[in-house]
Amino acid sequence: MNYHWDWSVFSQLTITTVDRYWQWMLSGLALTVLIALLAWMFALALGVLLGIARTVPFRPARVVVGAYVEVFRNIPLLVQLFFWYYIAPVFLSLPWQAVINTAQPVLVQTVTAVLCLGLFTAARVCEQVRAGIEAQPKDQFSAALALGLKRRQAYRYVILPMAFRVILPPLTSEFLNVFKNTAVVLTIGLLELTAQSRQVGEFTGHIFEAFIVATLLYFLIAQTVSRLMGRLERRLTIPGESGGGR
Amino acid sequence: MSRSGVRLALIGALIPVIAMAAPRFGSANPDDGSGRRTTLEKIRRTGVITLGHRENSIPFSYFDDRQRVVGYAHDISVAVAREVERELGMSSLTLKLVPVTSQTRIPLLINNTIDLECGTTTNNRIRGRQVGFSTNYFISGTRFLTRKGSGIHDLDDLRGRNVVVSAGTTSEIVLRRVNAQRKLGIRIIAARDHGDAFVALEFGKAIAFMSDAAILYGEISKAKRPDDWHVVGTPMTEEVYACAMRKGDVEFKAVVDRAIQRMMRDGDMRKLYARWFQAPIPPREVNLQVPLDPGLSALFAYPNDLPLE
Repeated sequence: MNYHWDWSVFSQLTITTVDRYWQWMLSGLALTVLIALLAWMFALALGVLLGIARTVPFRPARVVVGAYVEVFRNIPLLVQLFFWYYIAPVFLSLPWQAVINTAQPVLVQTVTAVLCLGLFTAARVCEQVRAGIEAQPKDQFSAALALGLKRRQAYRYVILPMAFRVILPPLTSEFLNVFKNTAVVLTIGLLELTAQSRQVGEFTGHIFEAFIVATLLYFLIAQTVSRLMGRLERRLTIPGESGGGR
Repeated sequence: MSRSGVRLALIGALIPVIAMAAPRFGSANPDDGSGRRTTLEKIRRTGVITLGHRENSIPFSYFDDRQRVVGYAHDISVAVAREVERELGMSSLTLKLVPVTSQTRIPLLINNTIDLECGTTTNNRIRGRQVGFSTNYFISGTRFLTRKGSGIHDLDDLRGRNVVVSAGTTSEIVLRRVNAQRKLGIRIIAARDHGDAFVALEFGKAIAFMSDAAILYGEISKAKRPDDWHVVGTPMTEEVYACAMRKGDVEFKAVVDRAIQRMMRDGDMRKLYARWFQAPIPPREVNLQVPLDPGLSALFAYPNDLPLE
């Protein structure tokens, strides 16, 4: 292969001559991590509430949340992102549209990305939480209620602590997916890790070096996340309880 | 602890392996023992020439309303393929078309997926480190596309405004550079391609779209209401377009250059220009009406393959 390798491109001055290419990669990494963490916190909070709502003995709540899950889980993420970025603001009043369109684009795009990824991931978290709750023996609920706990207390002190332990491994995968899914935001113009590595590749002519570094960074993120989650899992294990995961 | 220790050691070992192996896989690739293999030999052996094309660069290389690849640069690449046929004495070369983007064209050339890319690729020195360029076939200056009545007439009107560019283009380089040097505070949106950049402009995400004038005219031609848009501003740079091929393949470059220079000599290139820039073109049969630039006419008279930057 007739390719000229040069790993020093990252220390070269960029096209603007005010910074260096490693700083571009770093800013891409920072944006990827920021969007993923914010989206994950949002998804976790919303997903848990929705997941509980799917199991309560109140049909309208179950139907509405069921519809939410179907919509957000079945429409491709890319389409959802385009909807939130381009279409949704059109329904706002003109002054609001003007505010959004003249604001700092990175801010608007980041908020949109967090919202979109969060709503999408919440639908998936919701299903995990529901599965975790439904995995608990029915008797647990009856026993809790028989002890005089309110339904809320039964969830809070009996069902959820066990359910969360069961779903910790699949939640780890969802968490990892959020990081990988952040790459779609380059389609609305956000320069996250993948986009920045393309930029560096394009402007230096050393696209393979840029992609290799991006690959390693994604790999490091994924390893960090799964190690932290693994540690959390071990800490939460209840001895003798198979639901603990190990 | 010991388990995670082992895992960490494995990962630690894997990272340098990936980093080292990636270059090595590559360099072992096309030779398979028989020495350097040129593009012409590859084409002779397979009977196929693979052309990279754009999906969305009107009027250079794009899909028309029947999903066929058409355009000024595409016609040039087909003419090159015919020249290769003559050179090899083969009567029926198969043309294989592979869509590429600004981000994929260079890797796809280097890994032998495509043999030639004629689109809107600017011939510049940075790219010249990795790929070879044919005789230039187009000259364009970067300008701004904006909605009529937006109040934008030139660069200085864009202070503190949102401006969209296609990521990785020379326009992005120029805009980022002038923005940093003159502290204009322009907020730059880097869209994935020209189509996405125009969508951002249409939806008001940006007040102007900076690109090569020819591309901007192409975008206007497919707008729902072409009359709403116009191209403004003094050209900030000159760019020359050329076909990209694998670097150092002298024989193939000679054939490509011969095809292009003959078109320029015979007046075919001038006719091709009229066909794509001064006559109705698909998909909406709009006439871009771009007059022939004196610089371009000079290029046709004195062909060269020099990068401008």
